[in-house]
Amino acid sequence: MSEEELARAVAARQPRHTGLGLDAEKLQRMYRHMVLARALDRRMWVLNRQGRAPFVISGQGHEAAQVGAAAAMRPGIDWLAPYYRDLAFCIALGMTARDFMLGVFARACDPSSGGRQMPSHFGLRRARIITTSSVVATQVPHAAGIAYAAKARRLDEVVVACVGEGSTSKGDWHEALNFAAVHRLPFICIVQDNDYAISVPHRLQMGVETVAERARGYGMAGATVDGGDVLAVYEATRAAAARARAGEGPTLIDAKVARFTSHSSDDDQRRYRPREELEALLRRDPIERFRNYLMDEGLLSEAADEDLQLECTAEVDEAVTEAEAAHEPDPADLERHVFAEGS
Amino acid sequence: MAVKTLIEGVREALAEEMERDERVWVLGEDVGRKGGVFLATEGLHGRFGEARVLDTPLAESAIVGVAIGAALNGLIPVAEIQFADFIHPAFDQIVSEAARIRYRSNGDWACPIVIRAPFGGGVHGGLYHSQSVEAFYAHVPGLKVVIPSTPADAKGLLKSAIRDPDPVMFFEHKKAYRLVKGEIPDGELLTPIGPAQVRREGASLTCVAWGLMVHHCLEAAEAVAADGISAEVIDLRTLRPLDTGTILRSVEKTGRALIVHEDNLTGGFGAEIAAVVAQDGFEHLDAPVTRVAAPDVPAMPFNHPQEEAFLPNPEKIAAAMRKLAVY
Repeated sequence: MSEEELARAVAARQPRHTGLGLDAEKLQRMYRHMVLARALDRRMWVLNRQGRAPFVISGQGHEAAQVGAAAAMRPGIDWLAPYYRDLAFCIALGMTARDFMLGVFARACDPSSGGRQMPSHFGLRRARIITTSSVVATQVPHAAGIAYAAKARRLDEVVVACVGEGSTSKGDWHEALNFAAVHRLPFICIVQDNDYAISVPHRLQMGVETVAERARGYGMAGATVDGGDVLAVYEATRAAAARARAGEGPTLIDAKVARFTSHSSDDDQRRYRPREELEALLRRDPIERFRNYLMDEGLLSEAADEDLQLECTAEVDEAVTEAEAAHEPDPADLERHVFAEGS
Repeated sequence: MAVKTLIEGVREALAEEMERDERVWVLGEDVGRKGGVFLATEGLHGRFGEARVLDTPLAESAIVGVAIGAALNGLIPVAEIQFADFIHPAFDQIVSEAARIRYRSNGDWACPIVIRAPFGGGVHGGLYHSQSVEAFYAHVPGLKVVIPSTPADAKGLLKSAIRDPDPVMFFEHKKAYRLVKGEIPDGELLTPIGPAQVRREGASLTCVAWGLMVHHCLEAAEAVAADGISAEVIDLRTLRPLDTGTILRSVEKTGRALIVHEDNLTGGFGAEIAAVVAQDGFEHLDAPVTRVAAPDVPAMPFNHPQEEAFLPNPEKIAAAMRKLAVY
């Protein structure tokens, strides 16, 4: 092999992340967000089973889709209209472990809602994560409206709306995508398709394999990605954001993910999902997959990973301790914030 | 000061607020070049351009949902729902979203939007172009519900609604648009949301109404005056927040309360007013609190005889006044 050939061979072996312009530090930060989100998520189930958290709803298995997308966004500039599985997304955009646990315990200083909403009904003004309800898909027209305002005000902002695949059956989802396409808005809808809307399987939800097939019908770009591959989601979202910023309009991304847990703490997916399917799910862990990638690329050692796990566990411990000790909302504040105060 | 129609009041308010603040954004079906099916937005498209006077796809939930999002990112949307009858697909966006955004975010986010919709019948609009929907929204904490009955109030209240930091439902009686004329004062006109207005003073009974029914009540009051009945007529103007003070002060004086609305009787907003009067004005009452309203049929028929039979009118109201006065 000549030197030239060798150089070509080395270049051809360029790691995927290098081709995407991601450096080691950014990858390690992304991995940390995923590990922390998983640690928080698992802990909230423990708290629920211990009777310390009355209700929890989970994002385990969705972390790569969320962190990959967030990595293509500019925190504090771009917007997120989240849904209730977006824990890792919110962590990646700047929500802290403590912020999250304050919501799990419904404490007065929970930044999402002051303890008014169920846990995981995210909102964080400083990170431009908008407040969301339990009604699915209602946030998608909001995202289109935010994007319209950004365009009208000539602001360089991109808006991401997240939903599960069940939400794509709702009228609001359709109305929002249509509006976004008509005005070529800087809007990205990421469907985190985990095959189940509570218990209703994909095949009873829609007549297409991937909801991204509908993108053409709206007049927008569409992409189906492996939502377990954090780099693939990053790449798709980065391309969508570039299109948005260039004034080329919205994108619909279908990220295929695995739902590891039951829908919520009030559900038991063993009642409607076959055992083999649930066992197969565990082989689709997006965090393990990213860990293997980082190790293969020499960006993470066993020792460093162990340290990170311990660090995240400690962060979760501290968040739980602080949140549990924090004040509950005051009944005297029940009637506050119905309207602007002083108006 | 010039005599104008109610719809001119609406149009002036929109134009002045759009001129004053470039964040004000009008959206809805046919509001652009056509100027709205009732011409409430006539002239705005030419003056302010398509981006600020936007014809939307035919999708009411998106009209409201997109308005909410735009408000979260700094615009002040004024959404038109073409007929109040077509607002129902947006109920979720209005009730679950707009009304709760401030509350559920513990004051972190706000939703300063106005939703305008023509309501009411008497124009051969049939079942789906005649409805009164105010009771649905007056039930919801987090929403303000405003219904002007005069051109000046249409202008002054709409301008206040646009400047309000919270969502305002603004219902305009479509039959009153061109039927009701009145003077609109020159210069800045900001009528506060909340206070009711006594349109006619009287001592025998208190009549509470809103929208076109205010004018029917005034006509009825004039008719019964010949019989020596002196009816006080309160134009509620704002259903929520409700000006209970003005209602109760009047009932304290007259001892009798008649509530008139075009919506059907059961669960109409008159029931709430009756409850307030019964609970807080009980010791002043000399007669049962009475309501004149449409019958409990699903909606207003298109044909003339049944439409007439459905609607309260000055004769029906005068008859109720006479009966109440001698109780």
